[in-house]
Order: sequence, then C-alpha cells, then structure tokens
Amino acid sequence: MLILGIESSGLTASAAVLDDEKLIAEYTVNNAMTHSQTLMPMIDSVMKSAGKEPEELDAIAISRGPGSFTGLRIGSATAKGLGLALNKPLVEVPTLDAMAYSLYGITDRIVCPIMDARRSEVYSGAYVFEKISVDNSNETVFNMKNILPENAGPVEELVEKLEKLMDDSGKTDENPVTNGLKGVLFLGDGVKPYRELILGKMKTGCSFAPEFLSRQRAASVAALGMEVFRQGKYISADDHAPVYLRMSQAEREAAKA
Amino acid sequence: MKDIKILAIESSCDETAAAVVKNGREMLSNTIYSQIALHTLYGGVVPEIASRKHIEKINYVIKGALDEAGCTFDDLDAIAVTYGPGLVGALLVGVAEAKAISYARKLPLVGVHHIEGHIAANYIEHKDLEPPFMCLVVSGGHTHLVIVRDYNKFEIIGKTHDDAAGEAFDKVARAVGLGYPGGPKVDKCAKNGRADAIAFPRGHVGSNIYDFSFSGLKSAVLNYLNSCRMKQGLDGNVIYSSKTDRPDFDPFELVDPDENITVADVTASFQAAVVDVLVTHTVEAAGQYGFKQVAMAGGVASNSALREAMKNACEAKGIKLYYPSPILCTDNAAMIGCAAYYEFISGARSGLDLNAVPGLKLGER
Repeated sequence: MLILGIESSGLTASAAVLDDEKLIAEYTVNNAMTHSQTLMPMIDSVMKSAGKEPEELDAIAISRGPGSFTGLRIGSATAKGLGLALNKPLVEVPTLDAMAYSLYGITDRIVCPIMDARRSEVYSGAYVFEKISVDNSNETVFNMKNILPENAGPVEELVEKLEKLMDDSGKTDENPVTNGLKGVLFLGDGVKPYRELILGKMKTGCSFAPEFLSRQRAASVAALGMEVFRQGKYISADDHAPVYLRMSQAEREAAKA
Repeated sequence: MKDIKILAIESSCDETAAAVVKNGREMLSNTIYSQIALHTLYGGVVPEIASRKHIEKINYVIKGALDEAGCTFDDLDAIAVTYGPGLVGALLVGVAEAKAISYARKLPLVGVHHIEGHIAANYIEHKDLEPPFMCLVVSGGHTHLVIVRDYNKFEIIGKTHDDAAGEAFDKVARAVGLGYPGGPKVDKCAKNGRADAIAFPRGHVGSNIYDFSFSGLKSAVLNYLNSCRMKQGLDGNVIYSSKTDRPDFDPFELVDPDENITVADVTASFQAAVVDVLVTHTVEAAGQYGFKQVAMAGGVASNSALREAMKNACEAKGIKLYYPSPILCTDNAAMIGCAAYYEFISGARSGLDLNAVPGLKLGER
C-alpha cells in the first residue's frame, strides 16, 4: 500500500512516501519559502527519491487542518488535483492528530499540539496514549486518544481546560484516561509565542517538545493516513475541503451584525 | 498537424472555471461555477470566501469540462492555468490544482495571464481575427488600451490611474441601491433613463492622452446624489448605502423632483460618461496607430451602451469591431485555453514551481 502524505498547514511544507509501514522518503522544509512554489517540486522530488511513479500511489493523505487558510488550500488543491488526475482517493488527516502522533508513546503526560492562529488564539487539541498489552508478548502498543477536541481559542481557555483534566487525573473513576498523568507536553509553532504565558498560568507541570519533534511533518500524516485508509475511511478527491475551524472575517462580521 | 487539446483552469476572482479548447480556436467545453449569489450578500467579492468556494468546486468544474468535451486526461496535450493578476488566495487554488494534474499526468503546464485570456476570448468566436489590432480591455479590475502586436506580444498604451471602469459601475450601483454586481444592473436600469440628463465629467489624464480616470466621475455622481438629498431636506449622505439589493428598487424614483431626475437618469448619465471616454480613447488610438481592427474584452465589454457606441464610432471610421459573447466576456476558462494554445505553440512552459502572481503585468512571463 503506497501513500503520499502532504502537509502545508503551517510554516513547514512537507511531503512523504509511505509503503505500508516503511517510510521510504520524506522532505520537510521549514524556511518560510512560499509553499505554493516549493510543495509541488518537493512532491516530485520525494516520489523520485522513493523510485515511485504517481500512478503507483494507492491514496493521498492530506493534513486537512486547522492551520493557515492559504497554506491549507495549497495542500488541498494539490491533493485534489493528484486524486482527480490519478483517480485515487484522499484520506483526510486532522493536522493536530498528526502532530500529536509524532510523540507516540508518551504515557505520563497529556500531549498538546498548539498552532499559532493569530489574533491571540491557538488551534489546539489534547491527546493521551493508552497502553494496550499484546497477548503472549512483552510488547506494549499505544492507542492515541483525543481528550480535547480540536478548537480555535485563546491560550488562557486551553490552559483552563487542561487544568481541569489534570485536576480529574487523581480521581480514577471520573476520568480514567488522565489517571496518573504528571503534566502536559506542548508542541507546535504556538509554543514559541505562548511559552511564557503557559508557564505563568499552568499550575501543573509543563514540558515543551524539542524543535525537531515540534513541527508538522508529512510522515506523521502519511502514517495516520495509512491506518485510516485501511479502515476504509477515505473519500473522493472531489469532496475534500480543508477544516478551517474559523469562519472568514466577512462571515464573522455578518454574524455579529 | 496533430490537434492540440488544452484543459484550462481559471480561478482568479469569484468564478471557478474550466474548459477544453482545441487548437486555440475551438471551444469544446466551457464550465463556470459562479459565486456571484454568495458575494452579493456582502456587497462585493470577499477573497477568503471566494478561495474557499474554489476548493470545494474545482474538481467538479474540471470534471464537468472534460465530460462536456467528451475528453479524458489521456486526450489532453497540456494543462493551462491563470496565474495572475487576481486575488492571490483564489489564484493559488487553480495554480496548485493545475500543477498537480500536470505532474500526475506528465502533461506540459502553461501559466496564462488573465488579461491575455480576455483578449484571446475574441479568437474563439471570430476565426478571422488575427493580430495586430487595438484592444480595449475593460473589467471590474482592469481598464487597459492594448496594442496586440502578436498572439503573445502586447503593448499597453493607456491604463486607468485609479478605479477600473467596472469598479466605478459597482460603486455607483451601490450608491443608488442597485446592489452587486453593478455592471449588468446599471446597464439594465440605464435603459429607462436619459443619458443627457446630467452632464457628468469625462475624466482625462494630462500626462497620457490614452490613460483613464474614473474616480472623479464616481465622486461627481456621489456628490450629485448627496446634493439632491440635501435639496430634499434629508441628511447629505449617499442616498442608499445598503449592501444588498433593495427588493423595492424603482428606476423611476425621483432623486431631484424639481428637475424631474430619476435614478435611471443618474445611471444613464453616469454610464454615458464612462462609455464616451472609453470609445473616444479607443477610436482615436486606433486612428493614430493605424489599426483597422478593434476588439473589446473583459466583463464591461458586455455593456450594451458601450457595444452600441463603439460600433457606431468604429463604423464611422471604417474600423471593424470585434467583441465576444457575454459568456466569453465574463471570467471563463475557454479564453485561458485559447491564450495558452498560442503560448504553447511558441514554446512557453511553466515549471512545478509556478506561483500565483497577483500583480502580474501584461506581457510578462
């Protein structure tokens, strides 16, 4: 099963080719160049490096948002064009899910990706990795579980929600998924602008992922996309559109009036 | 020679469009999804909403164009796309989509200038029209007087210093309460009015006799409406500022009861001032540069008063006039496919790094 992952929701542009479990090639650039110019040549390059022709793809996994409106649309239009021209399905991967998935196996903390959403807000979600034992083996696998739905809002609001989850974490019966957690691990480009604010407001322990694990990447998108594709949850490229989590400014103003 | 079939994509403003064009002149399909109804709610094009709609509709529009042309991707020789000028977010959708198709099907990609497309719209219906000729490009975003030296060689000899002609139509339409889009609405309303009722100024620019200026005319119309209001003892703001259509709009409503001037008279007199300048400049330029062929292009080229006045003025000078059907005057992809053909046969190719260029100049690549 061959999947191309595409990620352009934020400052990084990224493309990856995944053959079943094997990540054959990944190309990620975090250099503030316009995705419009760089993304398609990156896909071309990553496919060539993987030694694959476009028609060999089984599906295209797209980081479907939230994120920069224009960035998302560049990725989406690219994925839609590929899907249409190759007659291959699309798998929509929530951007925040893919970010959290890069920190697979963190069990003592809530994993909280935050993306700078401008206007003093962040796009955020919160996740935990549940341990699942494998029968007749000493292996443990983890199931990523979303515990705060994706949202656009002020960091202060996010901090309140996280604190509430942490308060509940001692009470086994009320919220077993957060039982025994020691704090929150943040990642994403929202860390830089909001790090001090988070440290000032959070009562429980905070950690911040190192930069190299902190950004969106297409390998994560492709890996989650592979799982979702195998579950049969793919769509026609014609029907894909990004999930913005926000109305346009004109719609917001019209709604207010 | 083998037939060349090009799939063209256009998403520079508020129309999502795709078309298949054969050998530059034969339109096999021309599919347009218009967002006008949506933007009417906001009194004009909202870029973010336009971009979102493009993403939702683009694959369906492309499929529609291929189906109507009886083509599949296998039958195509190239992919063309508008890459400027226009709204950057809107352009990017078409550009990214076209590049992905070009890559996936290993088809050459040709980036096309939007105005070059408007000019080329004339070739589709007028098989005898060939460069060189004088072309007036008038739309909501552009007012250019262009010498078309060759299919891909242009010389701009006149342009607007402020508002585009179509923009002036939109603003005046809003001021009288007609709503958006202003062009066709003013055209219709003006049919009930007297073009000589009010002497609005004809905008001229000193530095270049073929340049245009419409902001002074727009202000004159707004000032006129305000002075009428004050005469009637109302406060001196623009008569109607409603963003949307007024369901009770009445072209015969009096704005100046003393002089028996109606809303229709105002729109007719405004339209006459715009048309007068456009026609005079075009015909004078054609005369000075010695062209016996004149073409019009862009949305405002659909305006009935402009068509009639230009026809009369050209006939009087023995000039042959060309303009496209209204469906090819509005933003569409067939015109992009037509322009792309001439770029394609001259060897122009775009790379997978093609970017949207919102301020792209005519003749630049």
